[in-house]
Amino acid sequence: MGEFKVHRVRFFNYVPSGIRCVAYNNQSNRLAVSRTDGTVEVYNLSANYFQEKFFPGHESRATEALCWAEGQRLFSAGLNGEIMEYDLQALNIKYAVDVFGGPIWSMAVSPSGSQLLVGCEDGSVKLFQITPDKIQFERNFDRQKSRILSLSWHPSGTHIAAGSIDYISVFDVKSGSAIHKMIVDRQHMGVSKRKCIVWGVAFLSDGTVISVDSAGKVQFWDSATGTLVKSHLIANADVQSIAVAEQEDSFVVGTAEGTVFHFQLVPVTSNSSEKQWVRTKPFQHHTHDVRTVAHSPTALISGGTDTHLVIRPLMEKVEVKNYDAALRKITFPHRRLISCSKKRQLLLFQFAHHLELWRLGSTVATGKNGDTLPLSKNADHLLHLKTKGPENIICSCISPCGSWIAYSTVSRFFLYRLNYEHDNISLKRVSKMPPFLRCALQILFSEDSTKLFVASNQGALHIVQLSGGSFKHLHAFQPQSGTVEAMCLLAVSSDGNWLAASGTSAGVHVYNVKQLKLHCTVPAYNFPVTAMAIAPNTNNLVIAHSDQQVFEYSIPDKQYTDWSRTVQKQGFHHLWLQRDTPITHISFHPKRPMHILLHDAYMFCIIDKSLPLPNDKTLLYNPFPPTNESDVVRRRTAHAFKISKIYKPLLFMDLLDERTLVAVERPLDDIIAQLPPPIKKKKFGT
Amino acid sequence: MAALEEEFTLSSVVLSAGPEGLLGVEQSDKTDQFLVTDSGRTVILYKVSDQKPLGSWSVKQGQIITCPAVCNFQTREYIVVHDNKVLRIWNNEDVNLDKVFKATLSAEVYRILSVQGTEPLVLFKEGAVRGLEALLADPQQKIETVISDEEVIKWTKFFIVFRHPVLIFITEKHGNYFAYVQMFNSRILTKYTLLLGQDENSVIESFTASVDRKFISLMSLSSDGCIYETLIPIRPTDPEKNQTLVRSLLLKAVVSGNTRNGVALTALDQDHIAVLGSPQAASKECLSVWNIKFQTLQTSKELPQGTSGQLWYYGENLFMLHGKSLTVIPYKCEVSSLAGALGKLKHGQDPGTHVMPRFVNWETPQGCGLGFQNSEQSRRILRRRKIEVSLQPEVPPSKQLLSTIMEDSEKHIEVEVRKFLALKQTPDFHTVIGDTVTGLLERCKAEPSFYPRNCLVQLIQTHVLSYSLCPDLMEIALIKKDVQLLQLCLQQFPDIPESVTCACLKIFLSIGDDSLQETDVSMESVFDYSNSVHDEKMEEQTEILQNGFSPEEDKCSNCDQELNKKPQDETKESTSCPVVPKRAALLNAILHSAYSETFLLPHLKDIPAQHITLFLKYLYFLYLKCSENATMTLPGINPPTLNQIMDWICLLLDANFTVVVMMPEAKRLLINLYKLVKSQISVYSELNKIEVSFRELQKLNQEKNNRGLYSIEVLELF
Repeated sequence: MGEFKVHRVRFFNYVPSGIRCVAYNNQSNRLAVSRTDGTVEVYNLSANYFQEKFFPGHESRATEALCWAEGQRLFSAGLNGEIMEYDLQALNIKYAVDVFGGPIWSMAVSPSGSQLLVGCEDGSVKLFQITPDKIQFERNFDRQKSRILSLSWHPSGTHIAAGSIDYISVFDVKSGSAIHKMIVDRQHMGVSKRKCIVWGVAFLSDGTVISVDSAGKVQFWDSATGTLVKSHLIANADVQSIAVAEQEDSFVVGTAEGTVFHFQLVPVTSNSSEKQWVRTKPFQHHTHDVRTVAHSPTALISGGTDTHLVIRPLMEKVEVKNYDAALRKITFPHRRLISCSKKRQLLLFQFAHHLELWRLGSTVATGKNGDTLPLSKNADHLLHLKTKGPENIICSCISPCGSWIAYSTVSRFFLYRLNYEHDNISLKRVSKMPPFLRCALQILFSEDSTKLFVASNQGALHIVQLSGGSFKHLHAFQPQSGTVEAMCLLAVSSDGNWLAASGTSAGVHVYNVKQLKLHCTVPAYNFPVTAMAIAPNTNNLVIAHSDQQVFEYSIPDKQYTDWSRTVQKQGFHHLWLQRDTPITHISFHPKRPMHILLHDAYMFCIIDKSLPLPNDKTLLYNPFPPTNESDVVRRRTAHAFKISKIYKPLLFMDLLDERTLVAVERPLDDIIAQLPPPIKKKKFGT
Repeated sequence: MAALEEEFTLSSVVLSAGPEGLLGVEQSDKTDQFLVTDSGRTVILYKVSDQKPLGSWSVKQGQIITCPAVCNFQTREYIVVHDNKVLRIWNNEDVNLDKVFKATLSAEVYRILSVQGTEPLVLFKEGAVRGLEALLADPQQKIETVISDEEVIKWTKFFIVFRHPVLIFITEKHGNYFAYVQMFNSRILTKYTLLLGQDENSVIESFTASVDRKFISLMSLSSDGCIYETLIPIRPTDPEKNQTLVRSLLLKAVVSGNTRNGVALTALDQDHIAVLGSPQAASKECLSVWNIKFQTLQTSKELPQGTSGQLWYYGENLFMLHGKSLTVIPYKCEVSSLAGALGKLKHGQDPGTHVMPRFVNWETPQGCGLGFQNSEQSRRILRRRKIEVSLQPEVPPSKQLLSTIMEDSEKHIEVEVRKFLALKQTPDFHTVIGDTVTGLLERCKAEPSFYPRNCLVQLIQTHVLSYSLCPDLMEIALIKKDVQLLQLCLQQFPDIPESVTCACLKIFLSIGDDSLQETDVSMESVFDYSNSVHDEKMEEQTEILQNGFSPEEDKCSNCDQELNKKPQDETKESTSCPVVPKRAALLNAILHSAYSETFLLPHLKDIPAQHITLFLKYLYFLYLKCSENATMTLPGINPPTLNQIMDWICLLLDANFTVVVMMPEAKRLLINLYKLVKSQISVYSELNKIEVSFRELQKLNQEKNNRGLYSIEVLELF
């Protein structure tokens, strides 16, 4: 099939930032996740948990609360004292409103979805009305002594519970006055702590308020009388988050020890109508603080400092035992952070606030499968490029020739020209960017590095001619009238004639770069595109979707290729469809037109279109080389999917030349090593 | 945990109880119905669950009932004695006691005793005993005098022991107590004198007794408030001689010594007794339940209105006179379980639950099976009624088998069992096998001569039995010294307790070689060692010649010298099996059995020293055989493993070290064992060194896999 030299790269020092909030939207089955660096990501749980959209972070914007309101609108509030609304179509921040109450610690949307409540540092609880295009301040509730760390509405919308330091207040929404103040015990395992912080509250329709606090307790309060009903001590450390199921028959809490506890309302005895809350299941999927939890109808969702987003399906709620019933742990972003210059063997790594440029090493030795070859030259760190300003980098790209680097933040677009003189490298910024090139969602260079394609957040695609040290704006493909959907994936053919662009939900558009017009639109498909590329010579567009389907579409013929139709007719191998990470990169072999190279986080695959497709009975992945099998057997068992699982977690893999691959791995242990130490727990025998 | 439930009074009608209270409460032929005889003229039949009387009978004015009414379980008639000598027998349909059967006896009756399964007995005041049938055949027959003058019967009880009626009665004469035990099958009357011990002047207030297998345990409550136990053998050693019995203190100061109304006690089960009386001199009377095993008070109930100092216990009910009315307190002693202790929710059981079969068959849904069977049965009954055939109705083979077990000869049973096993396995196969074994064992127990060995072997070989299903099986096999059956049990049962394993070991070690010859034990695990002895000898010799290895170079040279005196013996001893192959097979079964060290060790200490030595010798021999080849295994189909051998050597030495060390004949064995272990240790320490080097190699290999931050590798896709 093929022998490759693989540059196995592990020096991409990427650490995802910790998860701060998650918000589940039942209507669209989407999950919004905010991270400690201010990034907000939207996952589509129906589309195989694909990370559909993302909003870059900002240094001064620490999100403390995230919620969905009025159906599909996403709001966040943070320590900069602002409420923000996100534009889920254009993928930018619609507006930010200062609430004038100091840092915001908590936010809750009313059961009707039309009102927003925020709890501030100064002890104030502020009510906002959500209008169709903005939010409007309505009034303040009775001001409390200390910061409001958690808020919850009664399902009827008449009362709210607010957790503060050492006490929980119950407010009447109509009057805005506190009707009860429930003091939380400071005692922690018999020792009086200085303060007891109520990290989370939940108001149930029967008037029960559930609180979780820094003393490790889950407590049930009667809001009518303001009395403590029941207390569960569940952890030695803080209980930091709580989420209640919509039916109010179960809830989930997360602790600083990394444990997630599931509580359920179960009958006291069988067939009795009297029910009580019982702690049923503990889950330990995290090593660090579980900062936030969510409860979807079928799963418990948790996230925290250890950067994993864990989706744990509740087996009793899962009707069909398919692959959705499996535990999901999402650690890496579903987009590309690495680009590569094939000609100069360079890798460009994108971090939140800087870029790194590395030159790969080389070897003269040869070997057989599995050998590690001695290096004649090690990899070099050529460049460390820091961004200016507090904004995170959205996207970056290095040109195939290696002489251009482009990246973009929310407000600025940067283009650099690189000059190589022997071992020295000089960098020159191309100044005077045109005003329309402000915020790019995706940047791509053409194969010959003469053209730059930029997908702006306004939905437009810009083509820029690069020559020498200057550039010239050639054309802008405007989005079809009426849509403002941002394009987040681009692909260009190697001859530079075709440009394919895909948005978050709508189909893939193919533009003719020569004639500067829309060539065709690939038939729409239900699942979002995770990666696409145009094959050289044939100009077939290969598209991978989040449901693990791969299509091949002939651009010149404007139709799916025969191979793609065959694949669809026969269907993919069931193990292929059960993979749980999306394909993030597709590339092609310059000399073998029948090969498609693609990878996800846990495997790398070459699809040989000339070979028969595997059916469900054949072995999809066979790690062992054929030893002494006869040729007949080998020919019979050979199939189109050649898979390697040696490199994982695999963030990037590409073909440098015919015989050379580059694989960028990011071992989880290296990430854990860079996290703050978890709470030390005494283990037996240590 | 023993518990007294809520009390209830049987009737609001005040009984005409005299100062001595009631005459008696006796069981009737229906479980829920009891005969209450008051001290006047009336006998009332009560249904306890309904708390109401079903019938009442009185003797004529002027007559007085002198002996409580009892039920003849065989004829379902009631018997009462009035005016000491007049016997009346009636049944439920009779209304007037005057018109029922009457027999006037020649001597005064003390009591009529009746238990289920046998004819009632009549105990006369002079100590003579007659069966009711014999007495009614000639009511005026002469009744002899058994006890001496001024001797008065105080208490009596009637038991069935191994299907034989046994009567015990206690008499008193001038503060001395005597116990008479009458065996009815042998007509032997044994007299015992009860010695009161230090408390010579105490008066026994109340008696109760329970029956063990060999003893009647007679418990007496003395006026000093303590309960004493006296064990009376059922089968007397020498019936002619007058024997004395010593009582031992069971519980101290249960009730206060000087109560007004007297005290009473009754045995509830093996471990529990109920005591009626006031705990302290001043306090009110109490009914308390004591656990005699742990000497703890389990529960107690205050009876503020006072009692007559009488207590009866039938079924699960305690009867007493509380104030003026007859009170029933149900008593329950449930098996305490861990689930109960942990507070597992008790599921409400509907009161009308039918009795579940003892052996649950997991392969058929219980409910459906029952329903089906019931309908089948009723249909069959209908059919039978219609046709009115006298032929035996068609019964399933399992039922037929069970009925066979109860009656037929061993030979016939064997044929039937074989027939049943040859049948295709029915869904209730497990249950039938379980029931069959229990039936067989019950019969074994009852009839000492009955021992259906072949049947039992066949049943064990069905692989569905376990120790806990039929603990009696191994017990009987142990009594019979049936080593073949024991070996089979050891091989088949997964759950044999350590004590039983040890008992088997004792028998295996002690049984004579000649008796072993007759048995037919499975020799599967024993390899014929004799043919390898020759080769072994040769090998050993060449070894010595070749490299001059001599174990004498060890530090314990003085021991070796002693050993060298008989080098011939030593080789012989170590290379020939110390036990005959059949015994070896039995011992191998022990080696294969599962055990827990903690529970086994105490039992191992009971084995005689020479048997320990024999077993050790055998283990040593096995160990030598093991170490002959590189894989450290023994030849044969299912031989003991090296670990099993080692574990047992350790266990035996642990349990009996002091004993073995003191034995001169074990010295050689111990020294040999020590030397062997020592040489093995040196071998293993060398192996250890090699292992360390290999581990280093593996570490190097791992380092190769764990690459640095950057490497270039070759990948070939197939």
